[in-house]
Amino acid sequence: MAAAEVTTPKHPASGRTITVKVKRQRTPDAAAVTETFAIPYRPNMNITSVLGEIALNPTTTEGKGTTPIAYDANCLEEICGSCAMLINGKAMMACSALVDKLTGPDGNGAITLAPLSKFPVVRDLAVDRSVLFENLKRVKAWVPVDGTYDLGPAPRQFPQVQEQRYPLSNCISCTICMEVCPQFNDATGFVGAATIAQAKLFNMDPSGAVLKEERLRALAGGGGVQECSFAQNCVQACPKQLPLTEAISDMGRDVFVQQVKDFFRR
Amino acid sequence: MAAATPRIIVVGGGLAGLSAVIKIAEAGGKVDLFSIVPVKRSHSVCAQGGINAAKDLKGEGDSVLKHFDDTVYGGDFLANQTPVKNMTAQGPAIIDLLDRMGVPFNRTPEGLLDFRRFGGTLYQRTAFAGATTGQQLLYALDEQVRRHESEGKVTKYEGWEFLSAVLDDNGVCRGICAMDLRSMEVRTFPADAIIICTGGNGAIFGKSTNSVVCTGSAQSALYQQGAFYSNGEFIQVHPTAIPGEDKLRLMSESARGEGGRVWVPNDKHDKRAAQSIPEGDRWYFLEEKYPKYGNLVPRDIATREIFKVVYEDDRGIDGQPMVYLDVSHLSPERLNKLEGILEIYEKFVGDDPRKVPMKIFPGMHYTMGGLWVDFQQQTNIPGVFAAGEADYSIHGANRLGANSLLSCIYGGFVAGPEAMKYATSLPAQAGDGGHAAEKQRQTEFNSMLLNNPGTENPFKLWRELGETMTKHATIVRYNAGLDEADAKLVELLDRYRNVNLSDKSQWANTSFAFTRQLWNMLQLGRVIVKGARLRDESRGAHYKPAFEKRDDERFLKTTMAAFKDGAPEITYQEVDTQFITPRPRVYTST
Repeated sequence: MAAAEVTTPKHPASGRTITVKVKRQRTPDAAAVTETFAIPYRPNMNITSVLGEIALNPTTTEGKGTTPIAYDANCLEEICGSCAMLINGKAMMACSALVDKLTGPDGNGAITLAPLSKFPVVRDLAVDRSVLFENLKRVKAWVPVDGTYDLGPAPRQFPQVQEQRYPLSNCISCTICMEVCPQFNDATGFVGAATIAQAKLFNMDPSGAVLKEERLRALAGGGGVQECSFAQNCVQACPKQLPLTEAISDMGRDVFVQQVKDFFRR
Repeated sequence: MAAATPRIIVVGGGLAGLSAVIKIAEAGGKVDLFSIVPVKRSHSVCAQGGINAAKDLKGEGDSVLKHFDDTVYGGDFLANQTPVKNMTAQGPAIIDLLDRMGVPFNRTPEGLLDFRRFGGTLYQRTAFAGATTGQQLLYALDEQVRRHESEGKVTKYEGWEFLSAVLDDNGVCRGICAMDLRSMEVRTFPADAIIICTGGNGAIFGKSTNSVVCTGSAQSALYQQGAFYSNGEFIQVHPTAIPGEDKLRLMSESARGEGGRVWVPNDKHDKRAAQSIPEGDRWYFLEEKYPKYGNLVPRDIATREIFKVVYEDDRGIDGQPMVYLDVSHLSPERLNKLEGILEIYEKFVGDDPRKVPMKIFPGMHYTMGGLWVDFQQQTNIPGVFAAGEADYSIHGANRLGANSLLSCIYGGFVAGPEAMKYATSLPAQAGDGGHAAEKQRQTEFNSMLLNNPGTENPFKLWRELGETMTKHATIVRYNAGLDEADAKLVELLDRYRNVNLSDKSQWANTSFAFTRQLWNMLQLGRVIVKGARLRDESRGAHYKPAFEKRDDERFLKTTMAAFKDGAPEITYQEVDTQFITPRPRVYTST
């Protein structure tokens, strides 16, 4: 057999370069600066491979030596939710953002990279999105199982229920829905679409429904589902096509019904 | 006396780590969970096809013993049989538990769990949630851990990287040394026992199907501290990955489980579009050679056949190292069950696999080897446990598809309670248990790196490492090539001493953290290469053309690598074969 070679064949160098402008910030308190890089083009490049090229040779177009760019990334196949950032001003996952679709009609347009704008910057393109995980605690996004010992099978579930639950369970916690939401800001304290969708997911589970009322109460009032202004940005930007607006409107109705019930119970 | 409430540290928040955390929290222990990434972003999220358990809901007469036999046979008899037997026996209960936790498994019309067939078995034994099963399982466990966290039983240290174990004068583990990946602070944390659940080591091969964090760094650090690393040479190269610029993206075995077929045109320069090439002009080489298992032969076999078609028969598509994986003939219902992976292909390649056959090639995928553990998941360092892909148990010389999710959860479910048991009878430490010394050792390493005036770019060293390992230590291995690879690794370790960090700052310095991992990757690379070099036989994923046969007399043995004088020293240990007598592994006829 021939010598083992399990790598992609190298494409001939086309000589073309891609211009990438990166908004950088050394620390959470430092001022932001923009650095420009020229990267050798290869077919099928994505933004994470562009960032990898910069790490190999961290030199700006002015010839100034700089540092590799800090950013969050892990799976590189749009399932871990790490690498959300603003690419040409739009909130996207860097791994699935293909260079060929970002350099404009003539292929010479510069690509801009910036951190998500609604979350505290850690460094460069890395931001702190732990607010989402806190929100998931607030709505008790789990099934409170009795224990992990063998208690036999779960209740049966018709395929129709699974088909509704599965798309919601595909949320990768990338926070893009929160980034693009006009209502997600300090003034409203809105929890955002992802959290509301997870509350719906667990309310639909036969056993998870035991906490349904608690979840609905957590989503009532300030910062809750009522803050949504139905801009519908979330559903358009979601990289996993979650039915977010449907989830918000379903949960809005359930929260209202719960509030009425609670009112008459007083 | 031991503390009233055992304090356990779990490193890694994938399926194995989260499983261990849940068991400890349930048993009343206190857990500190360390992870480089938020645990919900761990690599288990990438698993696609499903999880095996012999629930026999398809009326086929499947049983846990058949699952046991398929796993041992699939692993070419290298796995110790006792843990495999235990794991397969627990499979059905684990699936039920996951179902109770709310995993959106696919269903039959009656509302029962649906099952699909995977490689290396003739039974429909794989439960699945679309083609994103790992994601759904990880989320279910993540949610349970979040619940325990909100009740104060679990403390998460996300964004912290494990550097080493803290060992006392008797070599007993007393905690860990870790680094905050934001402030770069190095600190030690006390624990009565630690559980290492840090996954595989794909990054050693440069490009693989693994996530960025899968460097094997933690396992390597422990190996350098005295832990045995076993069966390192057994690396699974998945037959169907999408070649890419930054990584190889997995195309799940479930594509074949749902009826996908692998083929090449009879004429490699056939100019017609793939979908318009008629049946008669296609070569379904797996189906032809393996009529019974067809496209669902085990991964090591499918990978070698694809490699052979491309490099020996020179039949790759258009002369390129690629073959077709075709699902375009499947019904919409079946395609629907594959949606998640078909989307990945469409997004990253640009073609719609529902209409056009996918172009795929094998890619480094899974680490069968790992930290040596006993049947209680404890390594040879007292108080250090390991579970999941990070340990060597269960899969032997080749892992069957959909067994990894099960082995991760099983391993965590054993390691958690066993660590608790160990911790409750642990005598109190003398002095500081080695904490100050370990912190100093790691801090010195850091300042050496930061003050090094060298010229080597760590990312370039890494690229050379990946190219060498992929060339010499994946599908086909030659002793001359392995010698060359080891010499290259020695050279890279030497050049590492001349490494230069372009970023010397002490805030969220990702290239600094990476450079630390690189040292460990290089050391572990040597373990893989040396184990392969000395194993003059072919078994499962380890294939040497010069030694085509399995040699049970010499090599039905676990490889044990120990770090001696800065290099791996290899010894061997007997394999537990008390239940199933080793027999030839032949998928063409059985």
